[in-house]
Amino acid sequence: MSNLAAAGEEPEILFWVGCAGAFDDRYKRVTRAFVRILEHVGVKYAVLGMEETCTGDPAKRAGNEFLFQMQAMQNITTFEGYGIKKIVTACPHCFNTIKNEYPALGGNYEVIHHSTFLQQLINEGRVGVAGGGEFKGQRITFHDSCYLGRANNIYEAPRDVLATLDADLVEMKRSKANGLCCGAGGAQMWKEPEPGKKDINVERTEEALAALDGNAAALHNLLGVEGGNAGATPAPRDAQQRSIIAVSCPFCMTMMSDGVKNKERENNVQVFDLAELIATAEGLNA
Amino acid sequence: MHFSIQNILFLLVAAAGFGLFAWQVRKIRANILVGRDRDMSGNVSERLNKTFLVAFGQQKMFKRITPALLHLIVYVGFIVINIEVIEIMIDGIFGTHRALSFLGPLYSALVGTNEILGALVIVAVAAFWWRRNVKGVRRFTGPELRMWPKMDANIILYIEVILMVALFLMNASDLKLHQMEGKDLPGAFPISSLLTGLLPSNVGALEILERVSWWAHIVGILAFLNYLPSSKHFHIILAFPNVYYSRLVPQGQFSNVDSITHEVKAMMDPSYQVPPPATNPDGSAAAPTPFGAKDVNDLAWTNLLNAYSCTECGRCTSVCPANITGKLLSPRKIIMDTRDRMEEKYNSPLIFQPNLYGTEAKHAEQEVLDKENHTLLRGYVTPEELWACTTCNACVEACPVNINPLESIVEMRRFLVLEESAAPNSLNVMFSNIENNGAPWAFSPSDRFNWADELYVADKAVKA
Repeated sequence: MSNLAAAGEEPEILFWVGCAGAFDDRYKRVTRAFVRILEHVGVKYAVLGMEETCTGDPAKRAGNEFLFQMQAMQNITTFEGYGIKKIVTACPHCFNTIKNEYPALGGNYEVIHHSTFLQQLINEGRVGVAGGGEFKGQRITFHDSCYLGRANNIYEAPRDVLATLDADLVEMKRSKANGLCCGAGGAQMWKEPEPGKKDINVERTEEALAALDGNAAALHNLLGVEGGNAGATPAPRDAQQRSIIAVSCPFCMTMMSDGVKNKERENNVQVFDLAELIATAEGLNA
Repeated sequence: MHFSIQNILFLLVAAAGFGLFAWQVRKIRANILVGRDRDMSGNVSERLNKTFLVAFGQQKMFKRITPALLHLIVYVGFIVINIEVIEIMIDGIFGTHRALSFLGPLYSALVGTNEILGALVIVAVAAFWWRRNVKGVRRFTGPELRMWPKMDANIILYIEVILMVALFLMNASDLKLHQMEGKDLPGAFPISSLLTGLLPSNVGALEILERVSWWAHIVGILAFLNYLPSSKHFHIILAFPNVYYSRLVPQGQFSNVDSITHEVKAMMDPSYQVPPPATNPDGSAAAPTPFGAKDVNDLAWTNLLNAYSCTECGRCTSVCPANITGKLLSPRKIIMDTRDRMEEKYNSPLIFQPNLYGTEAKHAEQEVLDKENHTLLRGYVTPEELWACTTCNACVEACPVNINPLESIVEMRRFLVLEESAAPNSLNVMFSNIENNGAPWAFSPSDRFNWADELYVADKAVKA
């Protein structure tokens, strides 16, 4: 961003990478995939690089309002310094915080989550994904991120993006507004869970696997699901067939990947972010 | 019109019933107003629209179709049967008989609808009782639903049946009396006409039965009215203001703490003018308000209104990921604790005192605290419960009357962190990482751009 500013140029969007996108080895791949899409469609974008710092989301949700506001004011000062108006991010936590909580501190921006941004690119025909590429016919289930879904009512954009892959999309028993948290929100990412029967991400992964395998019995054995009004169970499927859990959040990515490892299904179940799926289908991740 | 001693007696009973109710409501209002001020004015049309959909329209109930239909029967039955209560009041005061019968066919339709709804209410209540006591629906059997809360739920169901039975006995005996005298009784009686055969054919006995059931119905209603303020069933009144005053912002938006904003701004800009501290009406400096919430009076009044609007249905707890996976957190318990603590600390001269009916069962495993530390936080809600929350908003989404347990949880977390520095150690590590590195993980800020190093590795490899 500082280079662009020095050259007197203004980007169309600021791509907010987020701490996970910058430091988490797995999510760095998502960052790169999204950048490849941006370059492919020729959007004029900028990143803050080393001038970026945590939005303060985990601090705020853990109750440390002071630390949150320090971070927020710092970021707002940076944004104002560059005259930023439009921000795109692949992290629903950053998205929610900048979009909803920065205005009270004087930071007002158009903030877009990358699922919505990808949907716009697809609607404008700038990303094609002809025939879905290598994902055609594969079974994919989408895990709703709480901070995208319930927190901001974005349920359809990620599903629309997945729909362009021409894959076999199935819904988990708890989805959209009823989706089950991956277990990492509210600063849980940085601490051990409280004692209980099982970890939340294991429960959620079991649900995802039951949906992918079309295993009705497994669906009914899930904790806390009251039967009767759930959607149709997808057709049963050989559990050895390759299938995908799609996510749109770095925390969900970590939690679902760990869950798949816990269930020893990593040989045929993969966890991908929307941006990775689109970049791969477009042949950009070669 | 037969003005008699009965009418005077009725006036006294009705006045006592409504007066006692008003007295109890005042106590609850006072409890709610101990909460912190929060400006909820404005947005009237948006709020009314929401109230119409969510409270009157039962919109969020229909996420679960079976209980929604059963609840709808009781809800519609309650509203329609209350029209008949107006008639009972008029008859009681003026000594008239079926004062609304001048409405003619409309009256017949009203009474007939009442009868059918009354019968359906009995069926729905039986189904509720079965779900709660026999089927054992998981959300009705949580640890916080023992003792008084469990009893309360069943008492409501029994009272509703008694009220409906009184209604039918009143109509059936009245109908039979008229039939025996060869007269027409205004109204339509699809259910009571089936019951007349079961009643004695003795005019004196029927007259007594008619009077007794008439009185039982209206006294029952007044008694139920006065039972409400002690009961979870108070939701039939507070659901409406509670939805009206619920948040209009996105669920992900947590409240801003303005006092901290002033401090942070003053730190960043020394010329920033911090507003003067609040003063008491007499001009002396007011006691500083703590960050977050330790006790009920630290919560906003809307959070306290939430507590009195809760009907303990447990939809919040049944969708809570922490609770589902066996952790101690139950959003419903947080809300119930708030109500119990208010009544313990402030006004509880209600007829029934929930705290007297075995709340110790709910808190059996908690340490005994001295008076100063016996507050909502720690006295009722343990830090372990609070730290299990993922802030996923499932509880907020699930509540049919827009209660927000998450807001109370975050307020108590704020107290733990900002006033007591009592966060779990791993969270303190995360805080210091953010402070020192600008990231919750222990990475150097100078490595923040490293992801770009590998961006075109593939391209470069091909080109090389």
